[in-house]
Amino acid sequence: MEMTMENTVGRNRIHPKKFALLLSCASIIMMFAGLTSAYMVRHAAGNWLEFQLPILFGINTGIILLSSLALHGAYRSFMLGKEKPYKGLLLAAFGLGLAFLVMQYLGWLKLQEIGVELNTNPSGSFVYAISGIHAAHVLGGVAALAVAVMHAFTLPFKKTAARKLRFELTLIYWHFVDLLWVYLYVFFVTQH
Amino acid sequence: MANVAINPTVTHEEKLIEDYGYDDHFHDHHHGDKYQSNFITTYIFSQDHKIIAKQFLITGMFWAIIGGLMSLVFRLQLGFPEESLAWLKPFLGKWIVVNPESGMGSLSPDFYYALVTMHGTIIVFFVLTAGLSGTFSNLLIPLQVGARDMASPLLNMMSYWFFFLASVVMFFSLFLSTGPFSGGWTAYPPLSILPQASSGSASGMTFWLISLVFFVVSVLLGGINYITTVLNLRTKGMNMWRMPLTIWAFFITAIIGLLSFPVLASGFFLVMFDRSLGTSFFLSDIYIGGKALEHVGGSPVLYQHLFWFLGHPEVYIIILPAMGIVSEVLAVHSRKPIFGYKAMVFSMLAIAFLSFIVWAHHMFMSGVNPFISNFFVIFTLIIAVPSAVKVFNWISTLFRGNIRFTAAILFAIGFVSMFISGGLTGIFLGNSAIDIQLHDTYFVVAHFHIVMGVAAFFGMFAGVYHWFPKMYGRFMNEALGKIHFWGTIIGAYLIFWPMHYTGMAGVPRRYYRFDTFQAFSHFDELNQFITIAAIVTFAFQLLLVINFFYSIWYGKKVTEKNPWGATTLEWTTPIKPGHGNWPGKIPTVQRWAYDYSKGGRDFIPQIEPLAEGEKDEAAH
Repeated sequence: MEMTMENTVGRNRIHPKKFALLLSCASIIMMFAGLTSAYMVRHAAGNWLEFQLPILFGINTGIILLSSLALHGAYRSFMLGKEKPYKGLLLAAFGLGLAFLVMQYLGWLKLQEIGVELNTNPSGSFVYAISGIHAAHVLGGVAALAVAVMHAFTLPFKKTAARKLRFELTLIYWHFVDLLWVYLYVFFVTQH
Repeated sequence: MANVAINPTVTHEEKLIEDYGYDDHFHDHHHGDKYQSNFITTYIFSQDHKIIAKQFLITGMFWAIIGGLMSLVFRLQLGFPEESLAWLKPFLGKWIVVNPESGMGSLSPDFYYALVTMHGTIIVFFVLTAGLSGTFSNLLIPLQVGARDMASPLLNMMSYWFFFLASVVMFFSLFLSTGPFSGGWTAYPPLSILPQASSGSASGMTFWLISLVFFVVSVLLGGINYITTVLNLRTKGMNMWRMPLTIWAFFITAIIGLLSFPVLASGFFLVMFDRSLGTSFFLSDIYIGGKALEHVGGSPVLYQHLFWFLGHPEVYIIILPAMGIVSEVLAVHSRKPIFGYKAMVFSMLAIAFLSFIVWAHHMFMSGVNPFISNFFVIFTLIIAVPSAVKVFNWISTLFRGNIRFTAAILFAIGFVSMFISGGLTGIFLGNSAIDIQLHDTYFVVAHFHIVMGVAAFFGMFAGVYHWFPKMYGRFMNEALGKIHFWGTIIGAYLIFWPMHYTGMAGVPRRYYRFDTFQAFSHFDELNQFITIAAIVTFAFQLLLVINFFYSIWYGKKVTEKNPWGATTLEWTTPIKPGHGNWPGKIPTVQRWAYDYSKGGRDFIPQIEPLAEGEKDEAAH
């Protein structure tokens, strides 16, 4: 499937695959814009259970930010040709990504513990639904990171255009789901 | 045509490509052969955009026949409620209830609603979204912008197969013992959420949701590809203002889809939560059998907002590709440049923008604040402006043109006719005050069937007749095509004109029968008339199906590359283009797409350099 692109790509300022990924991010943004608008509309209608968002979600925001930083570091090291920090940071980013998913799950358990179950009130249901759909998108990112880790540890360390592109695609998506969570977290905290 | 080839086998166009094209070394590699090495990779899991286009088209035709047949069954019920439908029992089984004493077979009301719902879902999504934009975006974007294929042929293939998967799930739901979903194509809660609401709300709705989520994935994968290809893979010289209007239309359509379908998906996800996990996003205060349900605190109107935020852009997702096709076909077959090229582009952009801020005009009667309605009324009526610009330009393009009355241009003209008559009623319906009387009546049914149903079908037909030679290297039968046109346009008007009348009298849509309403009894014969017109019009569509499949194998062979004398790039490819579209170099573009009847020449292809002192029309 490469052939259409590799021959025309020289004329483009942005790689078509990167551009396509940005478009997918735009469509994901629209979905979450739809969900958070629904949240606000429903919120304004009253009968809204107010509760404190468990602190776990705040900690988790830090974790996914760290993961993003680690991946960025891994990318820098990759570009500079430093194999050790590249592998280490990549592994860290992957680990932190997994940790984020586990922590989100713990966050949901905590919500249950404080009496906010999935079907208690729409205010809680929205938190479960939105963070759940976000977690599904993070899962996709973790899968991409898993492939990146696999490549890092099985392929000989070499900076090729194809690997650089693949890394950049993973990086863009991972930063995207990270920032998306930051938005959602701030949204939940300010709109509860 | 001063220096027509010295070598008689090399045409003028081929020489232009040789002289001015650029060599991307596409054919130096062997991937072209690996790509289509056996039957499965060539025809089934194909990554070639031309094959994928045919897959979309033929799947769309399959659904169009099913969706059309469904409408005939419920039209029989509406036109002839007293006649026995026992003869349909072999096809519809238990959904035809036969009275053991009289032997009279009648359509089960549950199934009537299921038919109406499925007819809407199938035609809107599977035929006029996938079958129209899927087919022609795939076929034309790479060919007309001068690309070897889509940006990502793999995603493109997946786009079709997700659509196929959606089709399989939806088709399967037709055979469930509880029947397919029956709560209307809009799937409003609570009918779409409570399995006990109707028999179709049980498994039928689950299948409907799964199918449509697959469909959204298909649209998104396709749309991402179309946008990327248009922006990143245009050949040298093909700047945005040199793109044919078809490409502009597909491009803008894909952007609308990319921004609106995810919002629909978010609504569907919340419906799934409500259905399966006990949440109450869209449900509140519902009593069944005197007992209150546990769902409290939701709002069904919230769903309507999420739905129509897609739902309204969706009608432009349907109509814009048809508009692009019609613009192209009108210009080619009237041998004139399209009138007001840039105005056409800007009006499409305006329509696209406005489509996102008018959704609540579908909800005037759902209890939204009447002051908020004002906002939506105004923007809805403003859509009439770019629409009128487009209509004016189409008519001006035809004016004093050297028109060749092929089946393609007949359907394009028919599109303009339909778009005008259906568009005008939109101005009535866009007023929230008039909507109090007209909402949910047959006036609405008449409006949207003409303006986005029949019109979009006409655009699709124009495209099929026009680009069939490019798809299969043969022509469709013109005489049959013209008969198909006259039967369809007369038939369609006979079906939908009377509905305006019944609608203004207040006859509500979606009702199973009207015999308890004295006020409507004098419409009985009109309803019979509509049903007969629908059956006859459907029969005319079989002409297209026969013509299409017959012509694939036995149609008149295309003997020259550019049978219509068109300027665009797809007609510079071989009669049957292989993988990669152009055998040697990729042509470069030297001028805009509408140089017809210019400087004493019938047409000048886009690949021909400007003569000395000649200005590119797109430049001003």
